[in-house]
Amino acid sequence: MDKLIQDLKVQIIAQLNLQDVKPEEIGDDQPLFVDGLGLDSIDALELIVLLQQQYKIKLSNAEDGPNVFRSVKTMAEYITEHQAQNS
Amino acid sequence: MKIYIRSTGNVSPQNTFGHPAFPAEPVEHFGNRLKCVEPDYKTFIDVKLIRRMSRIIKMGVAAAMECLQEAGVAVPDAIVTGTAYGCLDDTGIFLTKMVEQQEELLAPTAFIQSTHNTVGAQIALMLRCNGYNNVFVHRGFSFESALLDAMMLLKEGEVNNVLVGGVDETTNTSHAILSRFGLYKKQPVSNLNLFSEASKGTIAGEGAAFFLLANEASHNDYAQIDALTTFYKPANIKETAEQVSAFLAAQSLSPAAIDLIITGRNGDTTGDKVYRQLEQSVFNNIASVNYKNLCGEYPTAVAFAVWMAANIVKSGKVPAGLGFDGDKEKQIKKILIYNHSQNIHHSLLLISAC
Amino acid sequence: MNAPVFIAGVGAISAIGNNVGECLAALEQEQAGMGEMMYLQSVHGKTLPVAEVKLNNEKLAQLLGLPAVISRTAMLSMMAAKEALHNAAIPGLTSLRTGFISANTVGGMDRTEKFFAEFLLDNKKGKLRDVLHHECGYITELVADYLGIRNYVSTISTACSSSANSIFYGARLIRNDILDVVVAGGTDALTKFTLNGFNTLMILDQEFCKPFDENRKGLNLGEGAGYVVLVSERVAATLQHAPACKLAGYCNANDAYHQTASSPDGTGSYLAMKGALERSGLEITDIDYINLHGTGTQNNDIAEGTAIKRLFGPLYPKMSSTKSYTGHTLGASGGLEAVFSALSIRERMIFPNLRLQTPMKDFPFIPETTLIKNVHVNNVLSNSFGFGGNCSSLIFSKT
Repeated sequence: MDKLIQDLKVQIIAQLNLQDVKPEEIGDDQPLFVDGLGLDSIDALELIVLLQQQYKIKLSNAEDGPNVFRSVKTMAEYITEHQAQNS
Repeated sequence: MKIYIRSTGNVSPQNTFGHPAFPAEPVEHFGNRLKCVEPDYKTFIDVKLIRRMSRIIKMGVAAAMECLQEAGVAVPDAIVTGTAYGCLDDTGIFLTKMVEQQEELLAPTAFIQSTHNTVGAQIALMLRCNGYNNVFVHRGFSFESALLDAMMLLKEGEVNNVLVGGVDETTNTSHAILSRFGLYKKQPVSNLNLFSEASKGTIAGEGAAFFLLANEASHNDYAQIDALTTFYKPANIKETAEQVSAFLAAQSLSPAAIDLIITGRNGDTTGDKVYRQLEQSVFNNIASVNYKNLCGEYPTAVAFAVWMAANIVKSGKVPAGLGFDGDKEKQIKKILIYNHSQNIHHSLLLISAC
Repeated sequence: MNAPVFIAGVGAISAIGNNVGECLAALEQEQAGMGEMMYLQSVHGKTLPVAEVKLNNEKLAQLLGLPAVISRTAMLSMMAAKEALHNAAIPGLTSLRTGFISANTVGGMDRTEKFFAEFLLDNKKGKLRDVLHHECGYITELVADYLGIRNYVSTISTACSSSANSIFYGARLIRNDILDVVVAGGTDALTKFTLNGFNTLMILDQEFCKPFDENRKGLNLGEGAGYVVLVSERVAATLQHAPACKLAGYCNANDAYHQTASSPDGTGSYLAMKGALERSGLEITDIDYINLHGTGTQNNDIAEGTAIKRLFGPLYPKMSSTKSYTGHTLGASGGLEAVFSALSIRERMIFPNLRLQTPMKDFPFIPETTLIKNVHVNNVLSNSFGFGGNCSSLIFSKT
């Protein structure tokens, strides 16, 4: 899980072009949206693409986004759960 | 009712940004593509917003912010933009991914940023400006249409100021494609020597120039915009000359009352013939200078000419380095800008001192 | 500056008809135009319903008497603009100052995307004529040249509000005494670029759209063109048939909230509708029908509905979204819906909002779900709200 969380931080920074942010500056439980990193709905869509491209997981309902993407940790948990289901 | 140019902001292939006065030394570019001298955008735009913006959006936003800062206006009453090509980089990125990934797993940002009204919309968003916002995307008339809209808004009396700008970029892709149309010089040339050799083709340019227009004078205005007209696909040079004469007559101006003409000569022998012919007739004996050696050729280049004219009438003198061969002691008070692109889009603008 | 501007003619082409008569018949018969993709080639062909004009490019070119190598965007525009001018039948047109103000969102992209596929493999490949008309403005010029309009030609592109903005810019050119006649509106052809772009935003419905339904899932993309011929009072007086309506009000305002989403309280929409009403001098109770922007997305319909509640509550006019018929035609939508608004006045009809089963619980009003005939329709408000917070409202009034 730790490696996944680390990888995710790097991928998020790349996908969202967060130029001034380093992976170590993103807390595992830090809120990604509204507060914390202050991401918005377009970023949520980008993260849906990231999930598909990197992890082959499709989030077909955009409304699930706020829960799945609440923090890097919740993302990692979601990925772990769905990858287990897929394999 | 008079229309004043209150302030300007200009990102161009010259050192025009952050320098209200005309830059002393022109920047030389080699080859057939001029790139903008760009500022550090982080001083104008929040990092959180910058991350999503492609180059043209940053250029436009920076030029608009500089313009508003100079005027001391936080939020304009209206925003009107002209751009012929729109956001080419984003368009190219989305198209490329769409082809390469065969329409699967595409990301939204490039698509969202590719819409033509992104520059104008981004400015409105950053300033929380709820006012009128329009975008013209008509080739060599894009900026002139935006200007006409702005002038009409002021004449209609419902706004006191309008932020108006012209923005276009060159990307590697667009340059490669436009080159295939034979538009540009084949042999490498210095932009500063653009007019000294006679050959086909011009040099590509780009830029973002914004102006705050107002209907009341302040003590700091650059110039007045007296009149603007455009004409489309004139049948021949006779019609072109008639349009010019009619424009001057409508302002009750004889050619002798014009102190300076700024022409859109671009170094292409075929296209530049029109300027030569007019200089032998309606423009006879009027001193003239060019601008496309400084900014290159692009559909909204007239915005650079307006910036230049505004600066010249403010100081009253033509800066060195523009090849001005007229009376250097004479105060420049009335400037006629005449430009055509591919003999299709012709525009005439009269700028005068306040 | 306050001189009236009249609508002398209308022209349209969309998924529900190749001309105004056919569109009107479909509106009356409640025949929607969306279905499985027929002409555009896309991997999403089987999953995303679209509302295409029921003519392929070869047929369009044949009808126009042109070679089938020009952009579909231009051809759709020519069909509708030509019909509008013919419909207006203005005597002595050649001696009047005439303009063409068109709008589109992606220009000749239908051909550019073909070019790009080859260009990406080798940048010397791809037919140049496929990318010649890429620019939004070039499409307009193909049509202006086809129609013989030369005095003033321009193009507006502000996403989904584009052609509404063209129409009132045209009206202002007349009011400022720059032109006497303006053909104004917009066009857009379906392209893979747009289809995929909207798909990344996850706002496309995989079923036929349900604007203003509580369970709406998104929009269906459409294509088409719609134009009105605007004339000054002096020109209106020379027409054989008195114009059925005039452009009584207009306004553009910016939401300034987010690039693609509307503010929850619909600020931009509210300001646009309010501004148009103020300019028209009408009261909210004078509006007989609102042609909603009503795309069917979660976001638009709640924002637009909220703005309507703020402005009109508790006295609501009848309203409907004709995008339930034509899909969202982007750059054409303002123009097409202006034509439908004019038809509503002329035909004394209010068109229904199709497939609305469960009204939105947030609002005390419900769009009309059946056709209403033989009613007085004196004043119609038409909304067009686009990305970048660009919100426009037009008001058409019976003369």
